[in-house]
Amino acid sequence: MAFYVVQFLTGLASAASLFLVASGLSIIFGVTRIVNFAHGAFYMIGAYIAFTLTERFSGAFGFWGGVVVAALAVALIGVLVEMVLLRRIYHAPELFQLLGTFGLTLMVEDLVVLIWGPDDLVGRRAPGFKGAVDFFGQNIPSYDLFLIALGPVVLGILWLLFQRTRWGVLVRAATQDRDMVAALGVNQKWLFTSVFAVGVFLAALGGALQIPRDAVHHAMDLRIIVEVFVVVVIGGLGSIVGAFVAAVLVSELNAFGILIFPKISIILVFLVMAVVLIVRPWGLFGKPEAAARKTPGLTVNPWRPLTSNERLAALAALVIAAMLPLFAGNYALTVGSEIAIFVIFAVSLHFLMSVGGLASFGHAAYFGLGAYGVAFLAKMAGLPMIVCLLLGPLLGCMGAAVFGFFAVQLSGVYFAMLTLAFAQIVWSIAFQWVSVTGGDNGVLGVWPASWAASPSHFYWLALGVAALVTVALRVMVFSPFGYALRATRDSLLRSEAVGINAKRIQWTAFVIAGTTAGIGGALFAYLKGSVFPDNLGISLSVDALVMVLLGGVETVSGGVIGAIVYKALNIWLVSQTDLSKLVLGGFIVLIVVVFPKGIVGMLEMLAQRHRKSSPPGSSLLAKPIESAE
Amino acid sequence: MRARSYFVGAAFALLAGGIGHSAVAEDIKIGEINSYSLLPSFTEPYRKGWQLAVEEINAAGGINGKKLVVISKDDGGKPADAQTAANELVSSEGVAMLTGTFLSNIGLAVSDFANQKKVFFLAAEPLTDAVTWAKGNKYTFRLRPSNYMQAAMLVEAASKLPAKRWATIAPNYEYGQSAVAVFKKLMSEKRPDIQWVDEQWPPQGKIDAGPVVQAVAQANPEAILNVTFGPDLVKLVREGNTRGLFKGREVVSFLTGEPEYLDPLKDETPEGWIVTGYPWYSLKTPEHDAFLKAYQAKYNDYPRLGSIVGYQTIKAAAAILAKAGSTDTDKMIAAAEGLSMPSPFGEITFRKIDHQSTLGAFVGKTAQKDGKGVMVDFAYKKGSDYLPSDAEVEKLRPKD
Repeated sequence: MAFYVVQFLTGLASAASLFLVASGLSIIFGVTRIVNFAHGAFYMIGAYIAFTLTERFSGAFGFWGGVVVAALAVALIGVLVEMVLLRRIYHAPELFQLLGTFGLTLMVEDLVVLIWGPDDLVGRRAPGFKGAVDFFGQNIPSYDLFLIALGPVVLGILWLLFQRTRWGVLVRAATQDRDMVAALGVNQKWLFTSVFAVGVFLAALGGALQIPRDAVHHAMDLRIIVEVFVVVVIGGLGSIVGAFVAAVLVSELNAFGILIFPKISIILVFLVMAVVLIVRPWGLFGKPEAAARKTPGLTVNPWRPLTSNERLAALAALVIAAMLPLFAGNYALTVGSEIAIFVIFAVSLHFLMSVGGLASFGHAAYFGLGAYGVAFLAKMAGLPMIVCLLLGPLLGCMGAAVFGFFAVQLSGVYFAMLTLAFAQIVWSIAFQWVSVTGGDNGVLGVWPASWAASPSHFYWLALGVAALVTVALRVMVFSPFGYALRATRDSLLRSEAVGINAKRIQWTAFVIAGTTAGIGGALFAYLKGSVFPDNLGISLSVDALVMVLLGGVETVSGGVIGAIVYKALNIWLVSQTDLSKLVLGGFIVLIVVVFPKGIVGMLEMLAQRHRKSSPPGSSLLAKPIESAE
Repeated sequence: MRARSYFVGAAFALLAGGIGHSAVAEDIKIGEINSYSLLPSFTEPYRKGWQLAVEEINAAGGINGKKLVVISKDDGGKPADAQTAANELVSSEGVAMLTGTFLSNIGLAVSDFANQKKVFFLAAEPLTDAVTWAKGNKYTFRLRPSNYMQAAMLVEAASKLPAKRWATIAPNYEYGQSAVAVFKKLMSEKRPDIQWVDEQWPPQGKIDAGPVVQAVAQANPEAILNVTFGPDLVKLVREGNTRGLFKGREVVSFLTGEPEYLDPLKDETPEGWIVTGYPWYSLKTPEHDAFLKAYQAKYNDYPRLGSIVGYQTIKAAAAILAKAGSTDTDKMIAAAEGLSMPSPFGEITFRKIDHQSTLGAFVGKTAQKDGKGVMVDFAYKKGSDYLPSDAEVEKLRPKD
């Protein structure tokens, strides 16, 4: 019995660490609607700075002072980030802020290694909390008891802050309806900045308090960021109590789950999230999202098919791209194939996001399923390449059909997080089912047949498929189905009022996007000759999001440009510099500031202005490229 | 818009294609790939190690009079990116051979690439047995002692312990799974009386150490096998120390004696664990002294095991190239099979039968000295003594 009590307390201690970080994220999201990908980075910087301070100043005062000062210092950095970067992009399309904070995260990962060196750092134990307390023969670390007490204390302070201060009232009001708060004359700028500072402070405090338990290292951010997102969503966005309950739920399920299934940890939080979201679409304590007042940006610049001039230009571009093998070497062609494949992947997500208004955080699942589909058909059934390429993506299609059915019942960030949960479940199956998928050692030897083996042939194949897919999706955008899908995106109520079955339309779009991603994955398997669980992983899903956002969400085919720029730059930087993450992150942040509508979105806007100042015909001829959207 | 996209693509492609043609024709180029950005605590000393080797080789006149150049790429910890890098090195840089890699799945991905493109690949670090056995191929060689070899070395010491009730803690991925599987198999062969009472599989890099320690303690084992390393090991040791998990229990642990993983533990280093590792501070052989002196003179830092791996990888590559007298893949394979060469740990040989080198490891016990973790009572175990019989290896390895 004593064991179960101790295990329960241990779970509570884990929950407290998780809650600190999650509460900050929840507050920030609730008010600013920013999906703060850099939250983990702030957590990590908090730990690094606290490490330096606590090593430098000894004694109880040095330790606890160091922890608090570190959290305050990072909060200050947070304020700076908010004022310099985020303030510029609050009015950008939804999720665009994710791109900026993603860029920051990349930069921080390289920066901490530059500043603090590559070694794992192990800090001091907390003065006064070094030992353990005996509980009927079981030891409970006293630091765990401290954390267990700290969790509810922080919860209480936050509750008082939100319920009993004017600032708290404003924050709650802004969480509910920030436009109304602004209309009532509250200075939103400072409200947002202060909220961001509080959130970052909590993250950094959470990081600093890990010093007596953990090693400080440069991958701490990724280890925690996804998990806290999940906790926030399970609890219900913007609900602090929800975050607390969710943290306890997840930690306790893990503490007791490993007694029965030792391998459960790898997937537990995602399973819990999937179940919670299917049963309660807004998390445990969340409320239905208020219908957002749409930024008029989407309607100002209506989409239209390409004019015949633009079609010719696009065709010319395709012909030029197809001539690459005449003057480029094998490496350039392989990179070209990879870029073409990522164009397929990006346009498939772009279709879902821009036309359907459904942002998926787990799109790599269908890409990876397509790749695994090919691997199974080629290695187990021994089918020829052409058959594999045709049938492999069906696995992605089936996955999208099953998961999409559940996912489209939700909307907004809840939709995104449910897709992430499904992707992680698929990933963990690929990772754990060693006898079939080979686990993380993957499936090897999926090489193309001789007719496609040479880099130039494969490049033509990938380019051809990419062009076909892009054209097909464009045709779909301007078909009746595309109009119906856009109607569900712009106004769910009105679209249903005119007789559109919104869920079915969205589900269909999800399946189309998933199948298309599967086509990309199938080609990818042959390009690389092997398939790994990585192909379904979170980082690939994030890559796809970044490509789409970089290109511009409010465009018809921005994903094409986003994929080319991001992938080419990524491959080139990794090859040329040791600090590729720092440079790439800096570049993304720069793009975010300079092109708040994405690259293509910005070019379009410029073209629009240009068109207004000159007769339309000549502008089209002069600028066929920019105005192609 | 699409037009622009392809121009950009073409421009990048040209740029990328152009880089390859700038090197001098007389140099011998080796391509090197590792997870520099993902695992800096290993790869930084590793990089220093191979840079030292390159310097020494060129100072001694290069390879058959030609200058050695190593072109190094980061794979970011992703097999797909490792293949992009491998492709660039082979197609664009025109390297004579590929070397490096840390993670098992990346090692396998590059090995499969080498097999497909008929390129020589010298795997430095990946430990999975599959690299030389189940998925071995004629183009792939490996330097470091494999999972099997390290497990066999540890079993030799572990089987002498009186403990009968064993528990295991290992990261939940291929390395952890196969380390536990081999250890269990070899251990149960030697000691049929052993019981395996609990196993814990925390996700790699994400251990929730408190509940894991508690769960293992609840099973009340007499001895524990640990396979976690890096930050996971730190958390496990800290929780285990506070909760008294290791008190009165024997612990056998993979890799823990390597400075990369032992040094961060400082005054929390548990005493008396049986570990594999690299006690650079107590080695007194002339080969190692020479290496140590050169390393410390160049970097004003002490070597980690990564330094040895990096150093010996390039030394081995150079020895193979020198003997082959050519950069022809088949000639290099013929030269490498059965080739013996000196190393800081003594002479090693690349076996003809499975392309595994006989580089060994140190097995000893952990202890604390001046608030730092060290290895004591250690002995060097030659790799050749801990490999299965040739007949067994034949069965494990597919025919070329």
